[in-house]
Parts: sequence; structure tokens; C-alpha cells
Amino acid sequence: MPFSSFKDYMPRQDLLAFVVLALLLVVILPLTLDVMRLNQTGKFLSFAFVAVGLVLCWGYGGILSLGQGVFYGLGGYALAMYLKLEASTPENTRIQTTPGIPDFMDWNRITELPWFWEPFYSLTFSILAVVVVPMIVAYLIGLAMFKRRVGGVYFAIITQSIAAILTILIIGQQGLTGGVNGITDLRTLKGWNIHTDSASYALYFVCVALLFACLLIAQYIRRSKTGRILVAMRGQEDRVRFSGYDIANFKIFVFCIGAAFAGIGGAMFTLQEGFMSPSFVGVVPSIEMVIFCAVGGRLSLIGAVYGVLLVSVAKTVFGENFPELWLFAMGLIFIGVVLGLPNGIAGLYATYVGPHVDRLLDRIFGKQTPSEQTQPHLESNSQGATP
Amino acid sequence: MFSDFSAAELSAIFAMQGFAGLILFAVFVLMALGLAIIFGQMGVINMAHGEFMILGAYVTYMTSNLFASHFPQLFGSYFLFAIVFAFFAAALLGALVEWSMIRFLYHRPLDTLLATWGLSLIMQQTYRSIFGAREVGVVIPDWLMGSYQLTDMIEVPINGLFVMVLAVLATLFVAALMYRSRWGKQVRAVVQNRPMAGAVGINTARVDRLTFALGCGIAGVAGSAFTMIGSTGPSSGQLYIVDTFLVVVFGGAGSLLGTVASAFSISQSQSILEFFMGGSMAKVLTLLVVVIILMFRPQGLFSLKVRR
Repeated sequence: MPFSSFKDYMPRQDLLAFVVLALLLVVILPLTLDVMRLNQTGKFLSFAFVAVGLVLCWGYGGILSLGQGVFYGLGGYALAMYLKLEASTPENTRIQTTPGIPDFMDWNRITELPWFWEPFYSLTFSILAVVVVPMIVAYLIGLAMFKRRVGGVYFAIITQSIAAILTILIIGQQGLTGGVNGITDLRTLKGWNIHTDSASYALYFVCVALLFACLLIAQYIRRSKTGRILVAMRGQEDRVRFSGYDIANFKIFVFCIGAAFAGIGGAMFTLQEGFMSPSFVGVVPSIEMVIFCAVGGRLSLIGAVYGVLLVSVAKTVFGENFPELWLFAMGLIFIGVVLGLPNGIAGLYATYVGPHVDRLLDRIFGKQTPSEQTQPHLESNSQGATP
Repeated sequence: MFSDFSAAELSAIFAMQGFAGLILFAVFVLMALGLAIIFGQMGVINMAHGEFMILGAYVTYMTSNLFASHFPQLFGSYFLFAIVFAFFAAALLGALVEWSMIRFLYHRPLDTLLATWGLSLIMQQTYRSIFGAREVGVVIPDWLMGSYQLTDMIEVPINGLFVMVLAVLATLFVAALMYRSRWGKQVRAVVQNRPMAGAVGINTARVDRLTFALGCGIAGVAGSAFTMIGSTGPSSGQLYIVDTFLVVVFGGAGSLLGTVASAFSISQSQSILEFFMGGSMAKVLTLLVVVIILMFRPQGLFSLKVRR
């Protein structure tokens, strides 16, 4: 156990944030929203997985990936392929030229299931693939890039190109992937209809539970020695290298974790939406995922979740009522956050609300010893406070 | 894949696709030149570069309408005016953007990416509000229409030739400005060592602004050339931004020669492969090869030898 006490793993301010978020997601939202809106919230939350991964990669490790959509898509497609195969039984597809294969393959005159679809008949394999395939891809990219000390801007551009390549590939290979429409008409998971109201509720709670699992893992990494090395690396890469740490391995590790989170998010999206398409893979969604993280605060795990919810809700409300103003608003949010609030909403909270909450907690639970306090040097941005 | 064609057909295919590739090459060069200046020299990731290009395209569109309605006798030459207008419109907007946004972000290059992405959304929506969501095209003057018939199988469109000439002129202009003028020397000095450049009396803030404006202006010229070969819509710029960044990175940031060479190789392989395996697979294969090469040679084709 690398932590001497629970407080070491979860200082009380963090604990408070976790509890408040849990109350909001588990109690308040399900009680106040109708099932359609709750399902929508669940879909938004699937992006929170990516944002939490980005907090680790970008906020802590300093690696900006513009290709998180790739991992989100891989996870989403892995599960969509399983669900599609389940929906394409020979009975359901008997009007096709070749019964038993997905409908879009039949439309594209493919008569045999491609080899890479075969393993997706197994649910166990598909669920494993949701996590493992993104990790393998991230590992390979990370191995090639970080071992050669490519980072920063170049890494961002190359991951962005990979997102573009994957989108073109998916759209181009219509017969194998469903093309631009994606994999649609997903109905059941092991015979369980995923479109009923009760399924929406169940999937929402599964999504929240998984999100908290990811958050707790991320918190573990953040508070552990690895987390501190990541921060040190972000600030002064060479000094950490000269201290004897293998920088590349730490970067690959955190990039793989981010990819795995994104894959889980994609799978949860597929389950709650009932389809997966290349419009969640490419350059634009990948950048949007980074924006979620930036708005929430690139150094705050919980902030990232709020960032996702706020931007998505704003997008839905604006998009439904003033579609032509939405892009203006979104553009202004980006510019404003980057110029004015480099630490996002979480930064605002830490500056203006945090100290008051701390004083309140002091009054209730007594003063905390210095060792329990959140290390300010971990929370501050590299450009902000003293290094 | 070659066995279905005779040797004469093959050479004609290569020549025609090669020429189509040259037009793509010219557009890439024009796009990438501006980006090579902004990204390669200044380290700013300008995701709105495509939108600056589209600004040039819309300015050309407006100029052609203006000439058609007010100076029909000069219509044949409107394009020359349009290029100048496009350059200055994009450069002025670029200077404004640098002044209001970019100059606060020089020490945070990754954040320029997010901020300029926001800018690109605003610009796209502005185009959509002003010009509508439909794509617009310009009327190409008569002297740019038609094509030269080289042999019975090979013909060369004149507008493509014109775009290529424009790309060559722009490249020579930028090269002369960067490597032969006093101002170019200042830019390179600021890039290599900002504090020292400031210490010897170069106004670095002014150099930054002019450099950014120049990069955007060339994007405007690229947009102007773009109208010759395709129609313009509010989000056309976004289609090219990934390719362009890849061209600049593949060429080696900071090297004009590298940018031209990488634009040439990417556009040629893309357009020749396109004939044999279809557009999307050709693009996937080309980009994939570029990304893999970049993984093994992250500094790009041509890199400046500097101590870091």
C-alpha cells in the first residue's frame, strides 16, 4: 500500500468533491430528470471518461493527445460489433442475399463475415477488446513516439492525423465498417433490450459506476509517486530524466490509461445511444474532448466531469434553441477559457470557493495537520504559481 | 494492379494523375507556406489557418461579383486584383488576431491550438451567416478556361497551370523575404533567440505581428487560388487543415525547402494512388506512410541543424 492512510489517498477537499459529484449523479439527476434526459446525461458522461483520461495525460503528464477520439471510437466500435452480430442472426436477416451477416455488408455485396469480425461473437472478447484494443494502439503509438522523445506539439499533430486517418478508413471501407452511417440498429445485449426505459436507467447507473471506478483509479495515480513524477516531467523533463527515471515509460503508461478510459467511454456511448459512427472518431470530436477537459480544468479530475456536463448541456440548449449562435458561443468559450482561465472551472473554484470551504471544514472537523493538506505545488499550473 | 493497362496507357495515366497531383501540390504549397511561417517559425499552431484560406476564397468570390456588376470590361483581369485583396484581407485579420489573442499565448504553444480552434468555429459561423451554408463558385475568366492538348491522351488544364505558376511565385517571394531581406533576418533571429534578438534592438512584438500577418496573407492567396479549382463552402477550410499540418511537419518545421518537398511527395503519391485504389484508400495509405515515417524521423525530411 503506497499510501500511509486513506487521507493520504483522498484529502478531505477531494473527498468532498467526490461525494458532491456522487450525490449529483446518483441521487439528484435521476430524481429530477425524465428518462430521456437522463439517457442524454449518460451519453454526455461517456465523454467524461475521455476527459478524466485527458486530465491525467495532458494536465498531469503534459501530453496533449488530439487523437482521443480514436480510442473512444475503438472502444465504441468493439462493443457495437458485438451488438451488431447479435442483431444479425440468420432469422432476423433472412431477406438478405447472405443471411447472418450485418445488413450493411449485404448492401455492399459482401458474402462472408470478415475475419476480424469473427471474435466479436463472444461478449467476453468484446468487453476485453473495449479496454485492451485502445491500450494496445496507445502503447504502439506511445512506444514509437515517446521513446524517440517526440512530444508536445508534434505529438498533438501526429495523433490528430491518426484520428483523421481512422475516420477516412472507416468511411472508405463501407462494407467492413458500416461507412459514414456507422454501425446502427443495435437492439439487444444478450437478449436484453437496451432501448427500454428500465434499460436506460440501468445503463445510466452502470455508466456512473464505471466513471467513478475510473475516477478512483485516476485519483490513485494522481496521488501516488507516479503522479508526482508526471508533474515533475511536465515541468522539467530533462531534470527528471537525469534523476534516472525513464520518461518514456511513464508517458506510455499514462497515455495507455487515458486510452483505456476513452475506450470504456466509447462502449458506454454505444450502449446508451444504440449506434456508433465515425462522427465520434475524427478530428473535430477529438478536439472537443480536449475542450471539455480545458473548460473543467485540466488539473482537476472532478472538474473535468463538470466541464463535460456544462459544455454538453450548453451545446444541447443552444443547439436546440439558437443553432446559428452555438458555434459563436462555443468559439468564445474556447478562447475565453484559454486566455482567461487556464485552469478552467476548477481553477475558479480553487481560488474563490476552496478557501472558504476549507475554513468551514476546519470549523466542523478541526484543523488538519499540514501533512494532510493538498499539496499546493501539485494543484498549481506550471505557468501559474511558483514551481 | 498494373497488368490491366498497356505501357502507353500507363504512362498517360501517370502523366495525367501526376498533373492532377501537381495542382494538389500547388494548393498544398500555398497552404503550407503560410503555416510553415506561422508554425515553423513562430511555433504557433494555427488551427484557423484553413478559415483564413477560405476568407481569401470568399474575397475572390466578392471581387468577381464586383467586377461582373461594375467593371465588366475588366472582368478578364479581376483575378489579379482578387489575389491582392485576398492577401491584404487575410493579413489584416491575421494581425488583428495576433494582437488580440496570439501574443498572450507565445509561451503556451499547445494553448494556441485550442484558442485558434475556437477562432475557427467563429469564423466558420460568420461565413455561414454572411454567405449561406451553400458552396459558392466563381466564374473563371475565359483565358483561364480550357486545356492544352499535349498528346492524344494527355491534356493539361490551363487553370491548373495558373495555380502552379502562382504557387511557384509565392514560394519564391517567401524564400526571398525570409532569406534575402533584412526583415527575414529579423524573423529568423527572433525565432532562434527571442531575448537576444530583443537585446540587439529588434522589436520582437512587431516582428511577431508581421510574421503572423504574412502567414495568414499567404493563406488568403491560397484561398484565392483554391477558387480556380473548386467551390468554397463555410467549412471547406477544415478539410485541409490536417493535411497541411502534416505537410509542414513532414517537411521539417522551419525549412521552406522541406515544406515544398513534402508537399510534392504527399500530393503526388496521393493522386497517383488515387487512380488505382480510390480516393479514400489512397489518402489513408499516404497519410499512414507519412505518420510512420514521422515516427522514425520525427524531425521531418529536412531539419535545421541546431543544438538544443
